[in-house]
Amino acid sequence: PQGLSGARLQPLCVRSLSLTSSRNALESPPARADSTFKVTMVPGDGVGPELMTAVKEVFKAGDVPVEFEEFHLSEVQNMASEEKLNEVLGSMKNNRVAIKGKIHTPMEYKGELASYEMRLRRKLDLFANVVHVNSLPGYSTRHNNLDLVIIREQTEGEYSSLEHESVAGVVECLKIITREKSRRIAKFAFDYATKKGRSKVTAVHKANIMKLGDGLFLQSCAEVAELYPKIKYENIIIDNCCMQLVQNPYQFDVLVMPNLYGNIIDNLAAGLVGGAGVVPGESYSAEYAVFETGARHPFAQAVGRNIANPTAMLLSAANMLLVLSPQNQCVSVCVSLCVCVSQVRTRDLGGYSTTGDFVRAVVANLRHRPVY
Amino acid sequence: RLLTMNDSPISAHQPPPAKYGGRHTVTLIPGDGIGPELLNHVRELFRFCCVPVDFEVVTVDSSVVSEDEINNAVTAIRRNGVALKGNIETNHNLPPSHKSRNNLLRTSLDLYANVMHCQTLPGVQTRHKDIDIIIIRENTEGEYSSLEHENVPGVVESLKIITRVNSLRIAEYAFKLAREKGRRRVTAVHKANIMKLGDGLFLQCCKEVAAGYPDIAFDNMIVDNTTMQLVSKPQQFDVMVMPNLYGNVVSNVCAGLVGGPGLVPGANYGKNYAVFETATRNTGKSIANKNVANPTATLLASCLMLDHLGLVDYASMIRKAIFKTLSETRLHTADIGGLATTSEVVQSIMREVQKTGPLTSEYI
Repeated sequence: PQGLSGARLQPLCVRSLSLTSSRNALESPPARADSTFKVTMVPGDGVGPELMTAVKEVFKAGDVPVEFEEFHLSEVQNMASEEKLNEVLGSMKNNRVAIKGKIHTPMEYKGELASYEMRLRRKLDLFANVVHVNSLPGYSTRHNNLDLVIIREQTEGEYSSLEHESVAGVVECLKIITREKSRRIAKFAFDYATKKGRSKVTAVHKANIMKLGDGLFLQSCAEVAELYPKIKYENIIIDNCCMQLVQNPYQFDVLVMPNLYGNIIDNLAAGLVGGAGVVPGESYSAEYAVFETGARHPFAQAVGRNIANPTAMLLSAANMLLVLSPQNQCVSVCVSLCVCVSQVRTRDLGGYSTTGDFVRAVVANLRHRPVY
Repeated sequence: RLLTMNDSPISAHQPPPAKYGGRHTVTLIPGDGIGPELLNHVRELFRFCCVPVDFEVVTVDSSVVSEDEINNAVTAIRRNGVALKGNIETNHNLPPSHKSRNNLLRTSLDLYANVMHCQTLPGVQTRHKDIDIIIIRENTEGEYSSLEHENVPGVVESLKIITRVNSLRIAEYAFKLAREKGRRRVTAVHKANIMKLGDGLFLQCCKEVAAGYPDIAFDNMIVDNTTMQLVSKPQQFDVMVMPNLYGNVVSNVCAGLVGGPGLVPGANYGKNYAVFETATRNTGKSIANKNVANPTATLLASCLMLDHLGLVDYASMIRKAIFKTLSETRLHTADIGGLATTSEVVQSIMREVQKTGPLTSEYI
């Protein structure tokens, strides 16, 4: 039967070509000087709303022509329902760009195995999650000058929400790996690397244990790698990868991996450069782009205390701006300026500033920017 | 008498089955890569220190498809009760039905607990200090069940199995060990927000067991947050218990934090058997037979084995010598930033042992 037994190259199945083109430049209407971009906003739980307020303030100060359509979708606050989800999806179909906070997944099993966040991702088919792990200029950690990109397949793998208890006391969780999705994420990774001028893509797996599953993932990556002779392709087992990241993270460039390993490595790499408050990330599907933080945590302990670090969300918003209107570079410049020049550091980076202080500093920087 | 799980403390085990005239027999599986050369050093060192242990060597060839060799090894361990092994390579060119030999060994002997003690070692330069974490990893089920199938071409299902029995067992082991070693806190690592039934069951079992140990604090953390905390503030962790795959990831992260795969020993315990190896289970093919591998992990694993056999004095003597050697930078091997060779390190350890007592067989 067809499958993994053959080592020959399986022809890449016919797919719509919209993947590459819409990732590079959203098919947005031609940018007019006075056009306002509409963006869907889902603040989420925990410090999400505070971070979104920060984004809105900064955008207002920078005269950024973006209008936010807010939707409060939250599972833990009982504000989630099918209608809400459909509203969000409808808005997304119009705007095609969104910025969101983390929609927290409750731990208890209330009869539904898939969380709202997962369902949103599946319905929009946001299959690729990209996290940029860059050392902040001016903030030194144990590893400096880090520049990694972590690409994670976001719709299948261990997060398939397929679990059952066929025998009392024995639970089976299914991890699904498909050739089509593995090929898709591998192609995304290589296209991304080509576009950003990266030289190496490393696939992370555990194919020595999960021979069929991760074996299929690895095989798909190898097949796609053949189409990109200029980019070096390597693979590494997840446990060794984690150890290498801790000892010598500079050997990696772009990493591509299935869902769970991506979750672990995103957070590990975020910890290397300063934590969940400084790493931006985005999720792509063929038509949509959703911007959020790299390490997704609601950080409920910080709600109302004004201590959360908005850097990650602001950097992500700046990335969103670059995608919407490439000329508007001011926000990204200002945020990074802020961290190194004014040394405004929130609690997680060892300082005493509040979220409000940081936002005010960024706003002040924006007001004083040279106007061309 | 029949020792059941609930009433046997971990340190008082049945008398080892292969002890005659004061000498123990232990199975030795050289494995591949750097395994054979490092285990030879172990034998040399034991001979030099007059340790009353004889090794029964069982080779397992990783390129052979038949399972006879690994079954022989399993039988040998059943005979002797204790083993010291190197990592057996898993050949990826063979079909998927060829299971990992190491995995087969662990499941046949039901070595359900993998224990790794991660400590900052004196003399090794690391970015983090004062780390002292015990990681207890469920060793037989979880993602390593090797149950996969391809129902539809191009779609593979891998099953991750979590059972109540095994989760309770590993949680009991963790709490017992914590109590024995005087530890204050046990943290369960999981991903129950996504795998609600599977990891949910694991978490629930840990909570149930924790209720029976009121002197030990219990908390839990999701695996992604755990890895982030480990790289920023590893000093907050004490004892950690987790299912198989997370255990693999977390133990490798911790090994990286204290200096690399060449420094940390690991132990696999079952009800009746114990197998000792390096914690991160590397074959080290690229540095095999070049006399550059770091022998520390394998030697410390052999000390753990001596502790298990009850030869505590020998174990502490060798351990002291190893730490003394480690504290000298000129005797660091390449993986911890030095230029020394494996044999130089082993020779130096033997010299240290000689200095401390008269228990040596020859003079260096």
